Parts: sequence; C-alpha cells; structure tokens
Amino acid sequence: MKNFKGNVLFLDRSDINTDEIIPAKYLTEITKEALKPNLLEDLVLPGFSKEDTRDKAVIVTRENFGCGSSREHAPWALEVNGINVVIAENFARIFRQNMYNCGMFAIELPKEKIDYLFANYAGKDVSMEIDVDQNTITINADGKSETIDFKVGEFDKTLVKEGGWVGYADKNY
Amino acid sequence: MGKTIAEKIFDAHRVEEPFPDTHVLKLDRVFCHEITTPIAITDLMARGMDRVFDPTKIKAVIDHVTPAKDSKTAEQGKILRDWAKRHEIKDFFDIGKNGVCHAIFPEKGFVRPGYTVIMGDSHTCTHGAFGAFAAGIGTTDLEVGILKGVCAFHFPKTIKIVLNGELKPGVYAKDLILFIIKELTVNGATNMVIEFTGPVVDAMSMESRMTLCNMAIEAGGTCGICYPDMVTVDYLWKFIKDEFATKEDALKEYSKWVSDDDAEYERICEYDVSSLEPMVTVGYKPDQVKTVKEMAGTRVDQIYIGSCTNGRIEDLRIAASVLKGKKISDDVRAIVSPATPAIYSLALKEGLIEIFQDAGFCVTNPTCGACLGMSNGVLAEGEVCASTTNRNFNGRMGKGGMVHLMSPATAAATAITGTITNSDIYQA
Repeated sequence: MKNFKGNVLFLDRSDINTDEIIPAKYLTEITKEALKPNLLEDLVLPGFSKEDTRDKAVIVTRENFGCGSSREHAPWALEVNGINVVIAENFARIFRQNMYNCGMFAIELPKEKIDYLFANYAGKDVSMEIDVDQNTITINADGKSETIDFKVGEFDKTLVKEGGWVGYADKNY
Repeated sequence: MGKTIAEKIFDAHRVEEPFPDTHVLKLDRVFCHEITTPIAITDLMARGMDRVFDPTKIKAVIDHVTPAKDSKTAEQGKILRDWAKRHEIKDFFDIGKNGVCHAIFPEKGFVRPGYTVIMGDSHTCTHGAFGAFAAGIGTTDLEVGILKGVCAFHFPKTIKIVLNGELKPGVYAKDLILFIIKELTVNGATNMVIEFTGPVVDAMSMESRMTLCNMAIEAGGTCGICYPDMVTVDYLWKFIKDEFATKEDALKEYSKWVSDDDAEYERICEYDVSSLEPMVTVGYKPDQVKTVKEMAGTRVDQIYIGSCTNGRIEDLRIAASVLKGKKISDDVRAIVSPATPAIYSLALKEGLIEIFQDAGFCVTNPTCGACLGMSNGVLAEGEVCASTTNRNFNGRMGKGGMVHLMSPATAAATAITGTITNSDIYQA
C-alpha cells in the first residue's frame, strides 16, 4: 500500500481540471517521474503558488476535481510528489477511477464536512492520516486531533490494498 | 421495469459483479493512441506481461502529435508502432494513413450498435453515437483492457435528453450540445450516460450525432448515446452488408439496442429547440455559454476548424459554404485540419480545400495537435482562438490563451470579420 499520511494542501475551488493538474504539453513524457516539477502548474487560484505543493501528502478541495481529460498523468503527477490522497465533495469519473486504479485514495465527503474542513483547518499547519481498515481520517492541527469517518466502496478499497487494478485483474481475469 | 440501452449493453457484456455495483464488462473494442498507450505498453513490458487479449479487437493510431514534432513525440510513436507490429495489430494507422481517433475509427466501421468500447481518451464517448457504450478511461484501465479485454464500471444511471422541433438554418449539433452542457453544467452528468433522443436527433446525420456525443464528457457524462436507426445502418452498410440480407434486417437486429419505453431514468429533460440560436463559450468552462449574438464583436487572433468534435466532412462543407469567395480578416490567422485522410481527399475532390486556401486558411494534415495545445496551432500568452474543438479550459490551446468554442459555421464567419460573428449574414 501507498503512504496515506502527511501534510495537507487546501485548494478552495471547484472544477479543478486535469489540464490545470498537469498541462497537455507534458504528456509527451514517458516516465511518471518526469512530471514531478509541473504539478498544478496552470492552476488558477488566487494566493496559490506551486511551492505550496511541497511536502504535502493530502489535498482537500471542493467539487468535480479532475474534470476534463482522461490522462492518468494527473494522478501520477500527484503520486510522484508524494500526494496519494485527494478529499473532495465529488470527482470526475475517469479521474476518480484512475486514482483507485493506481492504489490511491479519492475520498468523497458530504458538502458540510468539506465546508467544516475548510472553515476549521484551511490556512493552518495540518496533517491527516487515513486508516484504511477503519475508514477514518485523523486530523492533526494546533496540537489537537480529531477523527472523521468516510465511505469507500469495496472495489475501491480492494484496489487500494492490492496497490492497483493491474495486479488485481491479472490474478482474477 | 424496462431497461435503458446502457443497462442492456451491460447485461450482454457482464463477466461478473465481484463487488456491489462493480460490473466487469467484456470489451468489443480497445482503441489506442500514442499519448496514453505507450506508458501502458512499457508498464506491461516491465511486468513481464507484454501480451494483448485479441489483436483484432485492438485498433491503434498516432494522432495527437503527427508527424512527430520532437524526439519525445517520435519516441511515443515508435513505442506504439513497434508494439502494434510485435502483436500483429493490423488496424494500426501510421503517418500518411492516420487521422483523429474519434473520426477515423468510426469511418473504418469499427464501432457497431451494442458494442463496449474503451480508449485512453476522454472523448471516447463520441462512439456512443452508434448506440454503443463507449467510455474514456485512464492508462491503467487501458492496460488491463489490452491484456485481458475487460474493464470495470460502476453502473451508470441515464439522463434522457429529448430534443423536439427543428433546428433553424445556421444552427447545428455543436450549438445544441453547447446549449445542453449549459443546462446540465460541467458535472451535471457525472457517472451517468446521456441519451440524445427526439425528432431533432432522428433527423441528424451520423456526423452530427458524433458531435453531440463527443461533448457528453464536458457535462461529466460517461458516454453519450444515440439510438441506432436507419441512419446508423446506412452509415455502416458497406461494412455490414455481408452480415445481413437487407438493411431492414440490420435495423431489426440493431433495434434491440434501444431503451425500453418504461426504462428508469435519473432525469428526463425535454426541450423544443426550434428557436435555438448559434452558441459560443465565454469562459474557461464548457458550461459557460452565451449566444453568438450576445458575444458578437469579440476580437479573436486565431480560428481553428477541426478536431474529433467538428473536423468531419459535413463540418468542412458547412464552413466552406460560408467562406466561398471570401477572404479572412487581415487581423487573424486561420487553420483547418480535416480529421482523416479520407475526409481530406473528399474535401479536395469537392473543391473545399481550394475554398479554404483561397480564403487564406492554412490547411494541415489530420491531427489533434492544436486542440490541446500540443502542435499545429498553439496560442501565445493572451491570444484568443475561435475554435470548433471541445474544451475551453484555461491554457488548453497554449499557456495564457483563451478559447471560444463554436460551430464550424460560426468559426468561418468569425474568420471573415476577425470578431465573433453569426454566420447568418453569409448564408443565403
């Protein structure tokens, strides 16, 4: 399994698309590692700088994250930067499936929980840890910690535990 | 309770349901291009699993950057080319024979009603125009598709769009789909199939239906679907004439891929589109749409006619009919990319290429290039493009560039004036 623990990057916007996560001009790369410097390069978000992605493991954002292209370069660009968890109100279908297919987490939380996370934690030094067996997110900030639940389908969880879809499919089909 | 066409296709292709709402489907087609496939190929090789499930069901094309523009894109083409050769994938379309994937694969008759199709490309939803379930997927799903011929999906609910009335002259499928995306919003159809039905769709050519289905993903849709009918049969006839005694027999067979009257829908949206105006996008999301009249006079720097949305022969005919005998404005440059070599040849034969060139257009080879800012028409910072493509994301056609999506007719009229222009002034 991948690492699901670390610092949190808050991106307070809906509809962040795959072209913003990794622009098409980098799709000529044939290794995942080559995408590392260009994560979120074209993101339009006041106050955001690419430096903000450094030493992060989790992204918390709003609605429809990962809309647009089918490029798996988007999850890969996150992965090679150490970010294996994105928490949002909802995701574009292909991006969401790509995350789980890579053994990464695309966690959906209800709007009120996302609002709560932004209201209480955005702008602070926050870390989160996902407990894969318990379906919980433990949030650490200001020397305190709290735990919230999330829902994940059995298939998605299996992919996370198996480290992705290729290994699972090869065994089963 | 009846079933939707997507349910029927799922039922006919389900291998198993290993977990609740996880449907592993058998695939009829796995389409590949040189951007998303090479990493799947190299990963399979690294795993010691460099195999393909069925070389006759896999079709591949070099289309995004072609001919190669640099060493990296040359390498991507080479990986795909070598792989196709190694596995005896006969339907591989290399430079000279290649076109935009969602134009060339239907043109070759590779998609049939009731099929399951995947491709590592979000606009794979285009092929639903034939009454197929066709979904864009990522490289890992593609890798498993290539290796095992299966793909897993959650069950898609369906939104049914019923289009009544008759489109006004100068209003096309592109205007309609921009209007529908505005209504649904960019994630209004996420995890869902969009069925396009009604008299307006019945009266459409396959090309127009492909334009509609192509942009289902821009509302978040998994697939756009049109019901197969005699228009579908006529389009496919040269490929299926040995399978059926008559066209009526083919229609009868394909009619099983139509939703039942009592099928359950997530939502049914009915519109009378008789008064619909030509539409254009205004911002960086495809649901930010206004009428061309509202946007009239907006300056542009470049016009682009092409892509899997609007680079087919019907699109070139419409654009040429507006451009005939006219010159493009001195303040703009204009590019047209016929989507396949066959479309290019036909356009040449019909005199359309001459009309484009006389008007001042640059005619390129078939490629996706400009649409996603990879080659053949990238924008400079601050430039604006009037484009018949499908995405207006910030920087999509070049960093700092702005894109207005529109129909080929509107793009042609815009080329003449240099500002966003309704084509009606040039159409008798």
